Amino acid sequence: MIGSLPPRYRISVDPVRCMECGRCIENCAYGVFSRDGDRIFVNSRNCTACHRCIACCPRDAISLEEHPCDYRSHPLWTREAREAIYNQARTGKIILAGMGNALDYPAIFDRLVLDACQVTNPSLDPLREPIEVTTHLGKKPASLDLRRREGGDVELRTRLTPNLRIETPIMIGHMSYGAISLNAHLSMARAAKETGTFMGTGEGGLHAALHPYQDQMIVQVASGRFGVNIDYLERGAAIEIKIGQGAKPGIGGHLPGEKVCADISRTRMIPEGSDAISPAPHHDIYSIEDLAQLVRGLKEATEWKKPVFVKIAAVHNVAAIAAGIARSPADAVVIDGFRGGTGAAPMVFRDHVGIPIEAAVASVDKKLRDQGIRNELSVIASGGIRGSADLAKAIALGADAVYIGTAALVAMGCRVCGNCYRGLCPWGIATQRPDLVARLNPDEASNQVANLIRAWTLELSELLGAAGINSIESLRGNRDRLRGYMLDEGLMQVLDVRGVGA
Amino acid sequence: MEGNFLPIVFILSGITPIRAFPDCLEAEGGGSTVMTMCGIIGVMDKSRRTMDGSGIRQALSMMNERGSGEGAGYAAYGIYPDYRDCYALHVFFDDVHENKPLLDSALAQWGTIEHDEAIPTCDRPGLRAVHTPWRYFFKPDPSLAAPEDEIVSALVMQVNAARRGALIFSSGKDLGVFKAGGWPEDVADFYRIEDYEGYIWLAHNRYPTNTPGWWGGAHPFNLLDWSVVHNGEITSYGTNRRYIESFGYTCTMFTDTEVIAYLIDLMVRRHGLDIDLAVRALAPPFWEEIGRMPAAEREWNSALRLAYASAMMNGPFAIVAANRDMMIGFTDRGKLRPMVVGECDDRLYISSEEAAIRAMEPRVESIRMPAAGEPVIGRVIA
Repeated sequence: MIGSLPPRYRISVDPVRCMECGRCIENCAYGVFSRDGDRIFVNSRNCTACHRCIACCPRDAISLEEHPCDYRSHPLWTREAREAIYNQARTGKIILAGMGNALDYPAIFDRLVLDACQVTNPSLDPLREPIEVTTHLGKKPASLDLRRREGGDVELRTRLTPNLRIETPIMIGHMSYGAISLNAHLSMARAAKETGTFMGTGEGGLHAALHPYQDQMIVQVASGRFGVNIDYLERGAAIEIKIGQGAKPGIGGHLPGEKVCADISRTRMIPEGSDAISPAPHHDIYSIEDLAQLVRGLKEATEWKKPVFVKIAAVHNVAAIAAGIARSPADAVVIDGFRGGTGAAPMVFRDHVGIPIEAAVASVDKKLRDQGIRNELSVIASGGIRGSADLAKAIALGADAVYIGTAALVAMGCRVCGNCYRGLCPWGIATQRPDLVARLNPDEASNQVANLIRAWTLELSELLGAAGINSIESLRGNRDRLRGYMLDEGLMQVLDVRGVGA
Repeated sequence: MEGNFLPIVFILSGITPIRAFPDCLEAEGGGSTVMTMCGIIGVMDKSRRTMDGSGIRQALSMMNERGSGEGAGYAAYGIYPDYRDCYALHVFFDDVHENKPLLDSALAQWGTIEHDEAIPTCDRPGLRAVHTPWRYFFKPDPSLAAPEDEIVSALVMQVNAARRGALIFSSGKDLGVFKAGGWPEDVADFYRIEDYEGYIWLAHNRYPTNTPGWWGGAHPFNLLDWSVVHNGEITSYGTNRRYIESFGYTCTMFTDTEVIAYLIDLMVRRHGLDIDLAVRALAPPFWEEIGRMPAAEREWNSALRLAYASAMMNGPFAIVAANRDMMIGFTDRGKLRPMVVGECDDRLYISSEEAAIRAMEPRVESIRMPAAGEPVIGRVIA
């Protein structure tokens, strides 16, 4: 027998503070609380640390402790290692997990420091001087044919590929309707509109409620092709082909049938209650030339008016793959690092497959430059961008812009409990249960997400100003403004940064 | 037409002026309040009447407060009429006996050395000669398939990247750069620049923070026909360098200014842009301003920003650059470094300080301070 494992969390209710209002009972979707006569009964085993009860308790009566009773400590046989074995010994199955990589890899971002001006050049004050963060995503010509007409007017003879103009280099990444709720989608779409940026639909199609925001939407074409038809493609401001995802490189996706309600069935164009399975590869893309064909096909279908992005997971060979993508008509490559979040992924993939976004962006930017094709492709970094510092560092390493996913969810209340795949999100985000979805108020949540984007944009402007840079393109790939702190020589070479003090 | 970025094209230029100087320009963003680091000056005679180096020496020494005695240099156009068809390669040898044979054989592979000699110098007490300056008059082999300029620029990149004790710091026709570590007067006297007659002169008084003492780090920087002097610090250097290196240039001078020479070479020679458009790409209008332009103008200005985003230079700078036909001056789009322009008869002056211009030409008229990012372009006639 294996028996009960030590509970992960212990919830306690302070009887002195508790006024038995029952808000915790109402709010907990996992059944931790119940009424037991005139007191609250707690079943800590059901707790996911989603903090909904704590956030709703008017008396601060609830406290939560992680690992109240632990195993004998052992550096190799960690709690996680042991519990995975108990779990699999019982079930014989693949372990599913939510959110991003949970292993204790060092975050490279935290070992890079940014630069600021002192004396030899003046830092700029964004309150007094313009600092430009407007970014254009898409192919750009390597050179221009500009002729001077008689009379001095300049004539542009080069035809430019349409670019996506974003007012800030922060976009909201692809999280599908299905994985998250319609209210979550609505909130983010409104925030994108308010802040002059874009959001991805994910592979869930575009719900009719989002049509008013279609000019801010990047529609996704993934291996399941759910929700894809010409109407969908034409509504988006850009199209993204999803090859892979940082949380689970090399595998597809699976939306369980129980989540496929009437609305989702309509949006994804699949029968109600049926599992939505996205295969690991696109079955019409078995090579780089097949990808180029699909890019061309999508461009053709939309009359070459829309930028097409290709999203790949950051894997070992990411730079060469990006160079291949640059040779197609694609406009941008999205690189999703191994810290990228997910509603559900096999834990072994989430924690062990792929490489960090910092190294991936640096090597992609370098490879494209070495081949003289950097203007052919914009680079969008995603996967684990936690704040404006990560954003600035990603751009200095070579990214044009970033996608945020988890950060946008957190702005709506998500506590990163990692139980998205259970569909019971008490915050109304990763759930389709109408009563839970109703908890997320799009008026409020859209404001929170917009605030987050604005705040990061302000901080980015300050960082640029301090570095004496008044336009974001002068930070892009500017590794000279980064220094590695406690990074090894090999990694610094990949990142093309010098160490602190050098 | 009050935009900040319309280039001023001098009436003394051969082409129709897009905009002449207004009678007066406000001193906004002018020279007095910005911090001091490096003094620059350029002078051009539009009718190619030559001046010897004594005037510019005098002018540059007026800005000694902007220097630290660790670097100065001069570039002069029209000084080698006897070899006007040859590329004049100025070289620093660490050790002539050891390094010269290597360079000789490299040059012989690529073409013919018409003549070579030590650049005449005169020992100065205040200047320690750490290199031996040499000059070659070189003709690329016409049987090589590539254009002459391509051959010479590739040669310069290769020799300088190899770091075998030879650094080619000047490679144009009928022009030469003279630079060293020291005060402007010492450097001028060391090279006896009063013995040279040029119709365009650029000069630079250096306050180095990056590579003090190293002669290669002194200005002007030159590649083929273009020479550059620069006061400032390019905060976008990391971006600019990686961009320019993706076109086959190699940055070897350990200082930010060399990328300017290469960027101008890329845009003007290789991409065929007019110089005012190249300058506009380096210090472009803000998006907000582009948004207010009429449609056609907006379109090409946007295109310029998109295509040359990584060429755009950030940080405080004032730059004077020249080739055989023109001299240009421009600042960063916030004008964080001073730039003053003066005219006198056929001569155009661009400098960090009015005093420097006046030292060279007491009769100077119409001293002006162009607005931020507004280029000043003077062309020689014929």
